[in-house]
Amino acid sequence: MKYWISVAVILVLTLGVALSPVNEYFFFAAYFVLTAIALSTAWNILGGYAGYVNFGTPAFFGVGAYTAVVLFKWLGAPLPVQIVAGAVMGGLLGFGVGLLTLRLRGIFFAIGTIAVIFIMETLMINWRYVGGATGLQLVRPPVSVPFDTYARMLFMVIAVVAVVAVSIARYVQDSWIGRGLRAIRDSEEAAECSGVPTLRLKLIACVISGGLMGAVGAPMPMYLSFIEPASTFSLNYTIAALGGSIIGGMSHWGGPIIGALVLSTLQQIITVTISGEVNVLVVGVLLVLFVVLAPEGVLGLFKRWLRSSK
Amino acid sequence: MIFSLDLLTEAVIFGVLLGCFYAAVSIGLSVSFGLLDVPHVAHPAVMILGSYFTYLLANQGLDPILSGVILMPAFFVLGVLIYRFYYESFEKRGSEAGVRGLAFFFGLAFIIEIGLILTFGVDQRTVRAAYIGSSWELGDYRIPYRMLVAFGVALALTLALTIYLSKTFIGRAIKAVAQDQGALRLMGANPVRIKQWAFGIATAVSALAGAMVIVVGPVEPSMDRLYIGRTFCIVVLAGLGSMTGTLASGLILGISESIVLMFFGASWAPAVAFGLLLVVLGIRPQGLFGR
Repeated sequence: MKYWISVAVILVLTLGVALSPVNEYFFFAAYFVLTAIALSTAWNILGGYAGYVNFGTPAFFGVGAYTAVVLFKWLGAPLPVQIVAGAVMGGLLGFGVGLLTLRLRGIFFAIGTIAVIFIMETLMINWRYVGGATGLQLVRPPVSVPFDTYARMLFMVIAVVAVVAVSIARYVQDSWIGRGLRAIRDSEEAAECSGVPTLRLKLIACVISGGLMGAVGAPMPMYLSFIEPASTFSLNYTIAALGGSIIGGMSHWGGPIIGALVLSTLQQIITVTISGEVNVLVVGVLLVLFVVLAPEGVLGLFKRWLRSSK
Repeated sequence: MIFSLDLLTEAVIFGVLLGCFYAAVSIGLSVSFGLLDVPHVAHPAVMILGSYFTYLLANQGLDPILSGVILMPAFFVLGVLIYRFYYESFEKRGSEAGVRGLAFFFGLAFIIEIGLILTFGVDQRTVRAAYIGSSWELGDYRIPYRMLVAFGVALALTLALTIYLSKTFIGRAIKAVAQDQGALRLMGANPVRIKQWAFGIATAVSALAGAMVIVVGPVEPSMDRLYIGRTFCIVVLAGLGSMTGTLASGLILGISESIVLMFFGASWAPAVAFGLLLVVLGIRPQGLFGR
């Protein structure tokens, strides 16, 4: 109950900010931060709970984005339809990849997901309808009331997507799915022997995770009013999703939120003050530092601090 | 699509050369991932690092392949350090090394790549040598000398590593560590030191592989991403840790990529390695020449 009240409060506040006369740049930066939060949360459902590393975040994200573009160009579909369709396609991709590689050890799944990024990118580069390698300029429909600009409207949209992602991650964690996934993470053999349907659980997690990433990708073309394969399938999304979860802490749905919030805010500051390359470098360095020195992430550090101050 | 026997022959000839080159760039991974079971996704990044060091040495007037050989001892030390760090931080602790070990190597690859971008910029770099830019006319076919040089070095490297692993004492110890680490410990040997040595060898080989990469074509920092697909495809297809299998799988990938390149165009070629990898993982994860 407390959770749903805070969700309602957050959404009302978001709407308030979107309608207030805040500087446009704020929405630009906030969109980036909320995307990172939603992607990390989605990644954590399979990576954090079950311990299967998915390097393919851009593949799922990109499938969502390109689904949205196709629907928009072909039927002029409205944004909510694009997002739902992006989620469905992301989920289907998750099911396919999972079926091929989730039977194997985690490392093979991880490499398989890298393969999916490049296969999707190659397909899109060779598909003329969506602009091929050079990309496609999109003419955005007029912005819906009550929002003044696209940045404000999409800020609200991505906030809703992020809230849905977090709520699903929270539900999965506390349900039988989450318990099964944790059993898989601790010892897959032991889980299998005690009757946990490991493959089915991993597939469910992969579909949910992929679907959410697809939903996050869907509003991106509208946001940029442009789509192009190289930046859509950029490995920067992989490191953002992975980094957010690992730095925040993978055992709880709150971890990716904290990690992604810290990481992407830092990235925005560095991009503005230093450069775009350095911001990715910082994420890489932080990722390695946390993985080695604080494997439980910020949440783990916080718990340790609580225990020692008692 | 124009199909003719002539073009097919040309594609196959080029594919064989390319395949040997691919086998050579994968053989380090075949040791580190195939034999030692280290999830070394930073292998291609380390190799591209080798290409850039080759570029620096070659600019001083050295032959690029010779530069690669000169770099090998330094890369051996680098490999030992990387493994030592990985062992102390992840392998020793045991639990959950899967996610964190992978994240570590992925982060390492990113750091190397961005480091290269910050130092050298995103422009393509090339080296100069007598055999780069000219080609050998063989009847109707033209075979670039740079591919022949890479082919020769690749064969020599694969052969040397195969002999090293099967005939020398330490080579056999490396194979033993891959088979049963516990048994090795009972025999009074230290598996960690053997693995450290093997990882050093694998990294040293990557330096020479990196030199070949820059001989074969221009190099840019983000190139390691494509080689993740090629190298892992070959190592998995070979069956983990098989050296002759690595050569055979390299040829399979090289010929298929060359045929796709010839008949479908360059924009489809990168997908071949990744597609083949997914198919192998789905159908025959133990590889063609698996133990």
